[in-house]
Amino acid sequence: MSQPILTDPMDQHRIGAPLLEIRDLQVAFATQGGMVPAVNGVSLTLLQGETLAIVGESGSGKTTTALSVIKLLPGSAQITGGSILFDGVDLTTLSEKELQKVRGKQIGFVPQDPMSNLNPVWRIGFQVEETLVANGKATRGQDARAKAIAVLEQAGLSDAAERMRQYPHQFSGGMRQRVLIGIGLSSTPKLLIADEPTSALDVTVQRVILDHLAKLTAESGTSVLFITHDLGLAAERAQKLVVMYKGRVVEAGPSIELLQNPQHPYTKRLVAAAPSLASQRLQHSSTSVSGADLRGDDGVDVDLVATAEDRAARAKKSLTAPPAVQVENLTKVFQISSGKLRSEPFTAVDSVSFSIAKGTTTALVGESGSGKSTVARLVLKLDEPTSGRIVVDGRDLADTRGKDLLALRRRMQPVFQDPFGSLDPLYNIGATIAEPLRAHRVGDRHEQRARVLELLDQVSLPKQLVDRYPNELSGGQRQRVAIARALALKPDIVVLDEAVSALDVLVQAQILALLGELQSELDLTYLFITHDLAVVRLIADNVCVMRKGKIVEAASTSEVFDNPREQYTQELLAAIPGAGIKLGA
Amino acid sequence: MESNQSSPSPLSETHFVASLDETPLQATDSVAEDSKPSNLYIDAWRDARRRPLFWISGVFIVLVIVVSVFPGLFTQIDPRLCDLGLSNNGASAAHILGTTKQGCDVYARIIFGTSTSLTVGIVATVINTSIGVIFGALGGFFGRWVDAILSRIGDIFFAIPYFLAAVVIMSVFVQYRNVFVIALAIGAFSWPGTARILRGQVLSVKNADYVTSATALGVGRLTILWRHVLPNSIAPVIVVTTIGLAGAIVAEATLSFLGVGLPPSVMSWGNDISTAQRDLRNNPMTLVWPSIALTSTVLAFVVMGEVIRDALDPKARARR
Amino acid sequence: MVWYILRRVLQVIPVFLGATLLIYFMVFALPGDPIAALGGDRGLNPAVADAIRSRYHLDEPFIVQYFYYLQGIFTGNLGTTFSGQPVSEILARTLPVTFRLAIIAIVIEAVAGILIGLIAGLRKNGAFDTVSLLFSLVLISMPIFVLAFLAQFVFAIQLGWARTTVSGEAPFSELILPAFVLAFFVVANVIRLTRTSVIENLDADFVRTATAKGLSRPRIIRVHVLRNSLIPVVTLIGTDFGLLIVGATVTEGIFNVPGVGNTLFKAILLSEAPTVVSFVTVFVIVYLISNLLVDILYAFLDPRIRYGK
Repeated sequence: MSQPILTDPMDQHRIGAPLLEIRDLQVAFATQGGMVPAVNGVSLTLLQGETLAIVGESGSGKTTTALSVIKLLPGSAQITGGSILFDGVDLTTLSEKELQKVRGKQIGFVPQDPMSNLNPVWRIGFQVEETLVANGKATRGQDARAKAIAVLEQAGLSDAAERMRQYPHQFSGGMRQRVLIGIGLSSTPKLLIADEPTSALDVTVQRVILDHLAKLTAESGTSVLFITHDLGLAAERAQKLVVMYKGRVVEAGPSIELLQNPQHPYTKRLVAAAPSLASQRLQHSSTSVSGADLRGDDGVDVDLVATAEDRAARAKKSLTAPPAVQVENLTKVFQISSGKLRSEPFTAVDSVSFSIAKGTTTALVGESGSGKSTVARLVLKLDEPTSGRIVVDGRDLADTRGKDLLALRRRMQPVFQDPFGSLDPLYNIGATIAEPLRAHRVGDRHEQRARVLELLDQVSLPKQLVDRYPNELSGGQRQRVAIARALALKPDIVVLDEAVSALDVLVQAQILALLGELQSELDLTYLFITHDLAVVRLIADNVCVMRKGKIVEAASTSEVFDNPREQYTQELLAAIPGAGIKLGA
Repeated sequence: MESNQSSPSPLSETHFVASLDETPLQATDSVAEDSKPSNLYIDAWRDARRRPLFWISGVFIVLVIVVSVFPGLFTQIDPRLCDLGLSNNGASAAHILGTTKQGCDVYARIIFGTSTSLTVGIVATVINTSIGVIFGALGGFFGRWVDAILSRIGDIFFAIPYFLAAVVIMSVFVQYRNVFVIALAIGAFSWPGTARILRGQVLSVKNADYVTSATALGVGRLTILWRHVLPNSIAPVIVVTTIGLAGAIVAEATLSFLGVGLPPSVMSWGNDISTAQRDLRNNPMTLVWPSIALTSTVLAFVVMGEVIRDALDPKARARR
Repeated sequence: MVWYILRRVLQVIPVFLGATLLIYFMVFALPGDPIAALGGDRGLNPAVADAIRSRYHLDEPFIVQYFYYLQGIFTGNLGTTFSGQPVSEILARTLPVTFRLAIIAIVIEAVAGILIGLIAGLRKNGAFDTVSLLFSLVLISMPIFVLAFLAQFVFAIQLGWARTTVSGEAPFSELILPAFVLAFFVVANVIRLTRTSVIENLDADFVRTATAKGLSRPRIIRVHVLRNSLIPVVTLIGTDFGLLIVGATVTEGIFNVPGVGNTLFKAILLSEAPTVVSFVTVFVIVYLISNLLVDILYAFLDPRIRYGK
């Protein structure tokens, strides 16, 4: 197999010689059915001082490829072929002892989930110090302590000396990720492997941390192997992209080039489906890549831009419709236990007001802790508000009880975020979708069955799924089932709480398109809760930006995107990955 | 097989595109339509039935049940017909495991003692599980003051190790020492463990989105508890129930051994071992045989519990 | 931390009151008659029964009796046995012996259990793991008195390495065999739990990160795997204390160790219900205190509790 040449002689003096060369890498996982290949002939070259991003969906083999470099693979995985040349040494041939000298010292690693990657029982300082000592950068004691403080300060942690004595659970996610970045860079390695380093963080935090990481690696000339599922983020942060699909490299090249001129149909699909890029294209209507170009040949692909443009045209006429949901001065105060013997009040939602016109979508956008999900629970009457009013179709929720409440619940249904938690694992798909019909005694068994099949068809799932269980379905399929269940009683209003956030981009695009179709078909009203502004642009008519329980800005989608008034909204917009890339320039 | 295409922009670096033959595109999010239905319990059954330990312990448990119900099928000898002339005889064709000091047939006594152990085990477990499930499920699900009251009651019962409680009860109930009182004494103080485990499970399951969805549908609280929460949190209880049954059998034998269990007139392995210990030096086998019967029965339930634990825990299955 | 301990201590008080009330209720309010029980099968002289009733305040209302009993617990007056010895005196003599036995047993339990569990977890599904699994399952299934007799028969009678019974002074050397019996009675759970948590922690993200940091394997095992695995194991050793009490009663009885368990064992055999109640009460108090200590120890081991919200 010939190798793709990614280096250009002209760039050699600018960036440097190859640091990491992966050639025809094969990795397989041992399962009960034998060895299953996870990485199949992957080759890539990373130059000194360069940042290269591997992009792919879950299961594409991107993380397995990166972990192979320093053999951090789980026990069931095995490198079955190929070579990994690092600084001229083939890492696949090294013994565990020799690898130990490479890890940390020459190749640093920043893991994905800041919550689980620091040992909860040791102080932060201890965990930084032991890295320095193990890699010969400091001697035990005062020296290690002083250097550890320096590492944390460099990672952008304020009060580093104080923080040394604290434990991981006393840190926020962003702070922990800073610690992990500090640890990864503490021995000034030549290469840093960053495996989705910010996917668990809020976008504004992500932006600050990645900016800082870029600054640090640029200063020390460290190369970065960056793993991400987000094409926009990858293009923004790396000079070169490698797109992986089912264990293989499908396309590789300079970032901008790849985005502007994707060749492989899979890359085209990704570019078409990435919300951040799609919202970019909407911004610059004179884009070099039109929606039609990106549509795949098999017809299953969706173009989000087209969907969103449809919406915009339709939305104009429905904005004058009467409100389906009206929220006035909604406030919710929780009592939080403070560790001592008393509890303290915490205002999760602070006099929030908005209304949703019938047949339209209003998005509540905010980062974690903004109170957006609490609003959703209050609207669904899963919690009682402390004060304020929620009016659904002219009826005050607070006064609705018994039979009336049951009737109201029929008209308003939720779809939740976690595709793994939203379906009862012990109910088969048929029983899950039929549950609303049974609960409200709609039809007999045969009618219920017929309705279930009709709903499966409506969400484009094969009817064979009726007697399967949720664990056999992918995240996207589960979310379709959850939508089918929500639609069973023909509601008017659907509350979507981060309903597409946990899905891979292509699947996310499909679900967004499905939601759009269903809305125009059934005249549904959506309350769309999300942390992802890029998605909002594609699905919502109106946007309310929430922060710390309050709505800071509320306007039509195009107004918020084209003309954000509040600084916080501007920050959020700027933090959308890929926002800085000029696609059509 | 790869093709290196030069990109339109003259300044850019090489742009690699894999050929479509090598990287065929599949439909996004396609459904596997040929697999069999599977959920936690179906998977557990598929896993368990592949393991030899499941069958070995399962067959043994079935055997124990058959012996308890039809002891006459396994021996013709009347265990109560003891002949002092045969005192402490070794194994013979007539008495395959020998005789006790009183000249009773050891094998027959073991066969007829089986139902005592099993009955105590089952009754105690039923009591333990019923109280434990009610307390754990209601406390965990309804929270607040319901939980506070039920948990405190559980704490109080938990503070008295169930064996000691049984010792006290059996010391007081001299006239009422029978299989059901001893089972009640064991069951009535071993339930807080079950309740705590179930409560923990219920606490995590009740926040699942499918529970919230059911609430948003207007399904009643108790219906949700019964239809969604309990089935999804009961798995660990099945495990502790199986192992708890073994524990109850041990507790009965130990109480009988101490002389606060069943009266000597009731045939029980614990009583037999207690009687045999006085003769440990002369005839250790009269102690060994009932001990083996007791230990292997308990072992069968413990192993069954472990197999179920592994089968019901997808993480443990993956680890194997 | 102070708040945590204070809260734990405050929580013990109602549990203690409830538990003692429950014991008292079981003995004196349930349909069985503890005084009639004293006579065993022969029955008791009515005059003697009345005398005993008034000595134990049994002729007064239940709640008053309970307060007498509670008062006794707090003033160290736990009543007298039928042979006329004050229970508190017997406790003073026997508690140190039992304490010594329990400490030796717990040390054996912890060292053997953690070591075997660690090796089994590190070499999951290997020969050692399989053998240790079988070993612990058999141990779990073996009632303490079977274990004790087996040890007595093999080590004392057959091999002659130890005496069948312990002499009056209960010297350390003679306590080793009963301590081993006691330890083996509870060690299986420690082996199983250590193994499970070692396997879980080996899979943990922070262990992978520790490897990526360039730490050596032994250090990772010691600092990141074993240290974290100890948290649940310590809790288990604490909650298994109830089991240890049961074991001590039987083991001390069989080996004739002059400890509290033996005294309880004898009182049970002699059907002295009030004495049994006194000793069970003492055991419950010891059990509550040990659980409290384990909770506090747990907080020391797990900073998430210590510095928790």
